Amino acid sequence: MTNVLINAPKTAKKGEVIELKALIMHTMETGFRPGTNGRIIPRNIIERFTASWNGSEIFRMDFSPAIAANPFVSFFAVASESGKITFRWTGDEGFAAEESVAIDVA
Amino acid sequence: MAGTTRRTFIAGAALVSVLPLASARATPEAMAAAIKEVVGDNAIREGRVTLDVPPLVENGNAVPLTVSVESPMTEADHVKAIHVFNEKNPQPHVFDARLSPKNGKAMIATRIKLGDSQKIVAIAETSKGEFFSASADVIVTLAACLEDLT
Amino acid sequence: MKASPPKSPSPLTLPDLLGRRAVLALLPVVFAASFALAQAGADKRRSGYQDMGAALQKMQDDDTANPGMLFVQLGRQLWAKPVGAANKSCADCHALADMKGVAVRYPAMPKDGDKPIDLEGRIRLCRTAHQQAEPLAPESQDLLALMAVVANQSRGMSIAPSNDPRLVPFREQGAAIYQRRQGQLNLSCAICHDDNAGKKLAGVTIPEAHPTGYPLYRLEWQALGSLKRRLRNCLVGIRAEAYPYDSVDYVALEIYLMDRAKGMVFESPGVRP
Repeated sequence: MTNVLINAPKTAKKGEVIELKALIMHTMETGFRPGTNGRIIPRNIIERFTASWNGSEIFRMDFSPAIAANPFVSFFAVASESGKITFRWTGDEGFAAEESVAIDVA
Repeated sequence: MAGTTRRTFIAGAALVSVLPLASARATPEAMAAAIKEVVGDNAIREGRVTLDVPPLVENGNAVPLTVSVESPMTEADHVKAIHVFNEKNPQPHVFDARLSPKNGKAMIATRIKLGDSQKIVAIAETSKGEFFSASADVIVTLAACLEDLT
Repeated sequence: MKASPPKSPSPLTLPDLLGRRAVLALLPVVFAASFALAQAGADKRRSGYQDMGAALQKMQDDDTANPGMLFVQLGRQLWAKPVGAANKSCADCHALADMKGVAVRYPAMPKDGDKPIDLEGRIRLCRTAHQQAEPLAPESQDLLALMAVVANQSRGMSIAPSNDPRLVPFREQGAAIYQRRQGQLNLSCAICHDDNAGKKLAGVTIPEAHPTGYPLYRLEWQALGSLKRRLRNCLVGIRAEAYPYDSVDYVALEIYLMDRAKGMVFESPGVRP
């Protein structure tokens, strides 16, 4: 079950700079830690986070294993037009998650 | 920190943070190499970048970090990328973020892991091909009571 | 005194009535009195929240940054999901809003039971008895998520333990465990968390051990965890053997700790280092 929390305003004035926050449940296993059996737990991280506004990319961030478990990202965007903002996470072991929020721009 | 008193460490850390990045003596090689990969032979200037991270953290598993860059964020002059590096984690890269005028404001916050007390460097790359940086030293305290792995 | 004493003194208009000089002369007296009052009535107990740095306090306070809220959200989904042979969801019997106040009151005696159960035990019991589903494993994500969503309904309330007389012997049992030296380090809970609370152990402030935020997101765990997990950590810390997961000793300690934290503000999901 993908578990994501997005915080974005529901409305904005055209041209306004808004803050977007995204939190996702993910272990972000570094690949450097030994497990209880003494063997290294294989790396399992989110490698990329992107945000798109009506399909056009507005932000991209490549993660390393140094990003904390349950990754949190906050960034800004200029409110351009009404529609939807889509957040996408992809990573090791075929991980892919997506969440969209609607926004009204007046 | 054998052989180093807290006072000399703090004095050293203060000294390191005022030295320009180009003097790679205080910077472990891996981080210097990773930075070189991003900036090439371009000069790195201090300023414009603010790296906000607590100087002392109670646990290195999730250290809040905010990078902000002074920039008009216009087509002609904006921040294209923000890169963050660390010195002592197994790998020097922390994250690379791509920005554009669509962001309006060059500011990113996230949470990172720090395996030990160390220096963090943030580098901003502008649309004009300039590089600006800021660095911070973080002291990570280790938990007194550890849990067994069961 | 420049001004004559007012007939019906009102604190709000005191400066108007008394004149500036008189008020200035009175201020230290007023402050001293109110300070003494505050001291006498002040609750000196500290939640672990108060010992954290500003960055971690902010992480707990901001619902969009608090990783514990991911578990609350998952719990809300699980709450509505029918499971087990009965094919019933939690929501089929309970409105989530009715869970307000439950976490600040537990542990409690189950109907027809002779041993107290904590919130975790209550959820497990519902799951096996009413939903007729497989039991949820201790510290499993689904169990923690259900605990989190129930506990979150009580956030901001004061801890208000049940006054069920049947709990008294268990509270006494918990108090005795709290005072008892255990493990290879031969320490009791009280030695650290009463006698030495507020002092440093390595770089960490020893907390007063009030269960104000459970289940909580501990950075050391990189996950949400229960009070029971925390108690097991402490036992390992003093090199004692952790009690079995189903031991009533944990619940007894929880009853004692909740009683000791009576009246403190409940914060779940807390964030701790």
